[in-house]
Amino acid sequence: MSEQLTGAQSLIRSLEEAGVETVFGIPGGAILPAYDPLMDSKKVRHILVRHEQAAGHAAEGYALATGKVGVCMATSGPGATNLVTPIADAHMDSVPMVAITGQVPSQAIGTDAFQEADIRGITFPITKHNYLVTDPKDIPNAIHEAFHIASTGRPGPVLVDISKDALNKKSEFIWPKELNLPGYKPTIKPNNKQIREAASLILSSKKPVLYVGGGIIKAGAHKELFELASITQIPVVTTLMARGAFPDSHPQHLGMPGMHGTVAAVGSLQQSDLLIALGTRFDDRVTGDLATFAPGAKVIHADIDPAEIGKNRFADIPIVGDAKEVLSLLLAAIKDEQKKGVSGDYEAWWSVLNRLRETYPLGYDLPNDGSLSPQYVIERLSDITGPDAIYAAGVGQHQMWAAQFVKYEKPGTWLNSGGLGTMGFAVPAAMGAKVGQPDTTVWAIDGDGCFQMTNQELATCAINNIPIKVALINNSSLGMVRQWQTLFYNERYSNTDLQSHSFPDFVKLADAYGCVGLRCDNPDEVDSVIEKALGINDAPVVIDFQVNKDAMVWPMVAAGASNSDIKYARDIAPKWERED
Amino acid sequence: MSRHTLSVLVENQPGVLARTASLFARRGFNIESLAVGPTESQEVSRMTIVVSVEAHPLEQVTKQLNKLVNVLKIVELDSTQSVQRELVLVKVKTTPASRSQILETVSLFRAKVVDVSQDSVTIEATGNRDKLDALVKVLEPYGIKELVQSGMVAVGRGQKSLTDKAKHNS
Repeated sequence: MSEQLTGAQSLIRSLEEAGVETVFGIPGGAILPAYDPLMDSKKVRHILVRHEQAAGHAAEGYALATGKVGVCMATSGPGATNLVTPIADAHMDSVPMVAITGQVPSQAIGTDAFQEADIRGITFPITKHNYLVTDPKDIPNAIHEAFHIASTGRPGPVLVDISKDALNKKSEFIWPKELNLPGYKPTIKPNNKQIREAASLILSSKKPVLYVGGGIIKAGAHKELFELASITQIPVVTTLMARGAFPDSHPQHLGMPGMHGTVAAVGSLQQSDLLIALGTRFDDRVTGDLATFAPGAKVIHADIDPAEIGKNRFADIPIVGDAKEVLSLLLAAIKDEQKKGVSGDYEAWWSVLNRLRETYPLGYDLPNDGSLSPQYVIERLSDITGPDAIYAAGVGQHQMWAAQFVKYEKPGTWLNSGGLGTMGFAVPAAMGAKVGQPDTTVWAIDGDGCFQMTNQELATCAINNIPIKVALINNSSLGMVRQWQTLFYNERYSNTDLQSHSFPDFVKLADAYGCVGLRCDNPDEVDSVIEKALGINDAPVVIDFQVNKDAMVWPMVAAGASNSDIKYARDIAPKWERED
Repeated sequence: MSRHTLSVLVENQPGVLARTASLFARRGFNIESLAVGPTESQEVSRMTIVVSVEAHPLEQVTKQLNKLVNVLKIVELDSTQSVQRELVLVKVKTTPASRSQILETVSLFRAKVVDVSQDSVTIEATGNRDKLDALVKVLEPYGIKELVQSGMVAVGRGQKSLTDKAKHNS
């Protein structure tokens, strides 16, 4: 006799078969049947969050910290629509995620039933793929395919919407042995001819740069990247999504390119004759004005997504493939050339770059009034905690400072919302990361604006023994918006003053949530409060760092401006040529 | 901007049309004409999509379409290398005086009359867009009461089959 299960049982069994260990979610009417067998699962741990958006970001944080597929679950209607932001976030940043939502009973679909929303239609543009399942026998196959699609090729979110009647009805449970996806075949292996052409172009170039994106981390290709950089001596820049893909301590690392990149990294791209773009997508925050971006450079563009190649910038040598495969083959091809005595000579190039790096290092001015510098706080946080910790950020000034001043040495230690720029990402993402890597110290470096969007998850952390640490860079305002108002709106601060040095009292808030709340507004106490927080491992900790609100993120390429017009600090443009 | 005809083989599943059409919309493309129907294979539907775009964005939209899991195969059909047809139904006002002239036009265009009433005839015509435009232009002076036009369908010339190509790829 075949095994008859309800759709709900079948769903939980399917999740177990897919290797799921953790689900973040909130139950509700339409998904309720699934929560009953979930209670009995020995393999799947469900973490009850306080808002579905946090379930999604936690699934992202879990995925980014572990490399596994993150899973979140919500009910129909508002439960599902609350997942829209994290799904869009995962789509922009290629995070492997499966979102499971309950749907109203199939006979009620389309009738504007209570808590009905066409979440499949809503998420067409922000998922890699999605499903509406109304027959219980289709559940195992949908889950099987969802995990495959989410985790292979260019990763991304997949939504599986299941009607309530499908969860209640019985059917035979068969876990599919094979996938039937005739329209889904990611190209993993790159074309050899292109690899050989790339190798010879690299070795004949005079001013190459390895322009490295998040794809290197997704593909686990950091070792191959390290070796390629080592044997060629080519400079490396790591985008916001690639921080940690190449050690910050490495002498060939010029830092982050882009709107708030280092002068050396931005300058290297602008003056380069060859961009070796790996797992990156020429995002507008990296290129600035496209027409004047890297004007003298040829482009080798390797990405697993063919649609990224040539999308924003013409690729002289397009390579479609997995970054690890691409780099392995490229390494072999370059070694072959080197054996024949062909090697690049980048000495003159390095002297240009070294001058830029030495003249325009990352830095900041301390406030004159003795108040706390946000950059200083983040720098100390990194120095004291070290490169083994995971750092998650929200979006805004604190995010940029965390990208600039935390010293990353390993992939998977920097989690942030790059493409979508989702405020409120840090706390739930840190929570998800801590669940996935319970023995690792996880810092959420958050802003006071961001923190107030998702801090309800402190309750989830406190109750479920998820001791994250939150470094609140509290400048009492929507800092990045305020910075733009300072620079571009005549210091007219329309609606950016949050008054969060007083409202709320974050120490009391932390305390109310069962966390340890600490406050620091004195530079002399920064080290001791960080050390105190690092010593607390049985509860989440929130440090309210009350910092100067006039600090700005530098360097900066103004939106839409050319990278060549980067400002090192306000009204200070770097000199690109040496003045002898 | 130039006009391009894309033939898209898709899995015959609910939601595929919405996915495809919305992709065009969100990437900023206007669909000029769209026809969807079954093929010789039960699992596969075929869409014929006509868009006016430059070459570069067309490549981008084709690549984006290819990323849709339910999309099996996309080819651009060049107008000289394919047979392209649309169908139009036109209801034209008639008077005893105009009727015979209209019928003559119908026969010149190798169209046919599919419905007749006291003071109107409904004409069915197939052909490429130029031919249908010409027919409509000739009929306009008589007074067009109603006009309905199908999306274009197209098939490559010669012995090769798009469905076979899709199978080879899979």
